[in-house]
Formats: sequence, structure tokens, C-alpha cells
Amino acid sequence: MTKKNKDIKIQLKDVCKSFGDNHVLCGASLDIHKGESVVIIGGSGTGKSVLLKSILGLIVPDSGTILVDGEDVTKLPIHKRDGIMQKFGMLFQGGALFDSLPVWENVAFGLLQNHAMPRKEAYGVAVEKLRSVGLGERVAKLYPAELSGGMQKRVSLARAIATDPEIIFFDEPTTGLDPIMADVINDLIVKATKELGATTLTITHDMASARKIADDVAMIYDGKIIWRGDAEGIENSGNAYVEQFIHGSANGPIAIAV
Amino acid sequence: MNAILEPIQTTGRTVMQFFASIGRISSFAGKGLYHAVLPPIYWRLLFRQFIQIGYYSLPVVGLTTLFTGMVLALQSYTGFSRFSAEGAVATVVVLSVTRELAPVLAGLMVAGRVGASIAAEIGTMRVTEQIDALNTLSTNPYKYLIAPRLIAGILTLPILVLIGDIIGILGGYIVSIYSLGFAPENYLRNTWEYLEAMDVISGLVKASVFGFLVTLMGCYHGYNSGRGAQGVGSATTNAVVSASILILIFNFIITKIFFS
Repeated sequence: MTKKNKDIKIQLKDVCKSFGDNHVLCGASLDIHKGESVVIIGGSGTGKSVLLKSILGLIVPDSGTILVDGEDVTKLPIHKRDGIMQKFGMLFQGGALFDSLPVWENVAFGLLQNHAMPRKEAYGVAVEKLRSVGLGERVAKLYPAELSGGMQKRVSLARAIATDPEIIFFDEPTTGLDPIMADVINDLIVKATKELGATTLTITHDMASARKIADDVAMIYDGKIIWRGDAEGIENSGNAYVEQFIHGSANGPIAIAV
Repeated sequence: MNAILEPIQTTGRTVMQFFASIGRISSFAGKGLYHAVLPPIYWRLLFRQFIQIGYYSLPVVGLTTLFTGMVLALQSYTGFSRFSAEGAVATVVVLSVTRELAPVLAGLMVAGRVGASIAAEIGTMRVTEQIDALNTLSTNPYKYLIAPRLIAGILTLPILVLIGDIIGILGGYIVSIYSLGFAPENYLRNTWEYLEAMDVISGLVKASVFGFLVTLMGCYHGYNSGRGAQGVGSATTNAVVSASILILIFNFIITKIFFS
């Protein structure tokens, strides 16, 4: 496999995080190569979101290292963290659009704040990014509360890609959308990341979405990455946990307390 | 053995928690103030907070102080007329309004109005991951959300209270002249004669501290809001209750410092 030889963009080593007695992550390790699209699958409450937020520095892990371009983000001083963060774009599960700002200011937020772009120019970029996710200029002046769920997801996607980040995270991009809109979002994600050449990490439990977006799929269970392989090979993973998860079966090694 | 230890343990735990939360609030306030003085300052956001906290609080502060001044004139007249000291009404009104009632009542009203809305807004932003989104867009939430509110609170409350002082004294004047039959020139002379600059200044210093406390409590409880609608609800309640209590405590402390 050629891609394995490329540079490692993000590297997690034995990351652990507990909240009280609840050990959410224990010994999670994962390498993500430059330009690769990795999808992490796993059930609810298995530590997917905590893993993402740890890489972003929103949660500080108890132990382990997280390297982004070779720098340990868990030990960065605050003023350096802002620099690292500019490499990231993130699509939040609920959109997380700023409801006090119109759509275009949401999309252009990073440009206005950090790149100190003049408002007029930023508006132009915002409209262009909105167009790339299939929304017209009409939407730009509306407020997030006036949009449907699917449109909010698209605006959020436009915001995530607006600063042309090197790394983009997608937190359950299709949750809460109808199957057709979910597919539209999947297509937009594939298109946007190909255009930017970005490295992406997606967490989802939607297998259709995973198959469409992923180069590689990793399965998280009980705070660890228990399996990793390419997206085509997932049907024949030979791993009982992965088998159970992708077929959505209640019977198997993954026991769910009812 | 347990029966003896348990009350001690509970007391200890409560005291520890109390000091822990004072520590957390202090460090939160420190970070907020640090970002309030460190450039860049978001002028647009600051201006919006001036309008939200200052301008929109004018009606409620105006009404509160107007009626307080009026009641004060009526009540002190009833009291003083019993020993023929009606002339003191003007002095009592002006001193009570500027030193105590305008800052404290305006502070409490603003705690209800502004503290609650700040806590609800920031709490909702926490719950809907908007604060995380700020972080991922390399924008410091302390600088973007907390600092403008703290600055606006510290600077607008004194202005509100100064306006409240004038309206409160006017309230007392209206009642004294039109209902109690005082002569306007005598009443005004009595108002000015015993008023010292320190009376007004101490009230404005109080207002500034109260403005800081109200916005700090709103921001702190909102920022650390629990999950869901219930989390935001209790953040709002805690913001108003803690701000109100702190206003009363600090009112005593500041009065003690100024006038003893």
C-alpha cells in the first residue's frame, strides 16, 4: 500500500481519558497519513467524540500523546495552540452555527477573526463557499435559525472549509438527516476534501456514509481502536466486533445493557 | 465512630467546595479581565454589549429609581413630621438615593435582566457546541464572549446609576412639591447643601463593582453550564441568585471602606 509510506499527519499514542470512574478512552492509538480520509465507526458512548475533541485540544487527555505534524498538541502553550488550530476545520454534529450572526458571517468567521480580511472581501469568499455546498447567495443574509437542518449542515460544512484547512474533522455529518440529504452531504464532503487535498477524520455510525467517505475505516470499542483496514475490506474484516457493527446485529460480542 | 465523623466530614466537604468554587470563579475572572485589557479588542461586540447591558436597562432602572425616590419622600416625611423636622426630607432623599438605593436597586434589577440573559445565551452556546466551535476557529472564547460583557458591565452600570440618581431625586422632588407642599427653592437648596461629591462617587464605584459582579456571574454560570435545557435553566437561576447575594455583600464591604 503506497499511502502507508506517506507522512503521518496525526498520530495518537495510548491516549487515555476518564471522567470520574468512567474510562472513556484507554490506550487509543491511531495514525492518520497526509491526504487520507479515515472514518472511525463505533457505537454511542464508545469515546468517538472524546477522541476528536482530544485532538482539537478541547479535552485534555489524562495520558498519552497526540502529535499533529510532529508537535504534541496536549502540551502546547495557549498562544501556540491558536496556530495549530488554524490547520483545523470542524463540522460539528449539531452544526454549532453562531445564531447571533447571519449565515455569511458564520461561514467567513475564521477569515474575519484570524486573517483580518475586510468584510466585503470575506462576504465574497463566503458566498463562493456557500455556492460550493449548493446554497445560493439568498441564504447568506439569513440567520441560522431560519434554515432547515440540512441547510444548516451545509452552512456548517462551508464554514469548516472556508479557511482552506489542512485537516478537517466531521462529527457525525449525516446524523439527523434524511437518507437523500445524507447522501448529498456525503458527496459534498468527498468533493470538498478532494478539492482541498485535506486530511480528514470522520466519526459516524452511519455505514453508508462511512463507505462513501472513507479510504480507511477504524473501529473504536471500549476506548480502544480495535480494528483498522481499508474501506473495501470491511465486509471481510474477520473481526467479530466489526461484523456485528456493520450488520447492525444485536447478537455478538458487543453487549449492550438494555 | 461514623456517627461522630459524618457531620465533620460533611462540614469539611462543604467548606472545601466553597473555597474551590471561589478559586474557580477568581481564575475565571482573572482570565476574563486579562483578555479584556489585552489587544485585540472586539469593538463591534463591545458596542453591542453596551447597547444590551446599558441602553436597554435604562427603562427598568429609571422606573425603579423614580418610584424609590417618591416613596422615600413620602415615608421620611411621615417620620420626620412627628418631630417637626420636615426640612430633612430633601437631604434624606438625596443621600439615600445616591449612596445606597440607586446603586443597589439598579444592580439588583440589572442582575435579573442582564445576568439572566448572559447566562442563558452563553449557556446555550455551550450546550450547542458553539463555544467549542469558537475554539476550532482559533478564537478565544474569553476574548470573544467574556471580555466584552465584563467591560460593558463595569463601564455602563455607573452611567445607569448616575441617571438613576437624577431620576430618583426628581421622584422625591415631584412628591415633595406637588403632594407634600414643599417650596421648590427650599427643597432644592436642602438637596444640594448637604450633598458631597463622595456620596455620589461612592455610589458610582459601587455600581461599577456591581456591574462587574453581575456580568461575571452571568458569564461564569453560562460558560460552565451543564448539559441540556435543564443545565441552562439552572445556570440562569444560579447567575441571578449569586449575583444578587454578592451585590448585597459587596455593598456592605464597600460602604465600610468608604465611610468608616
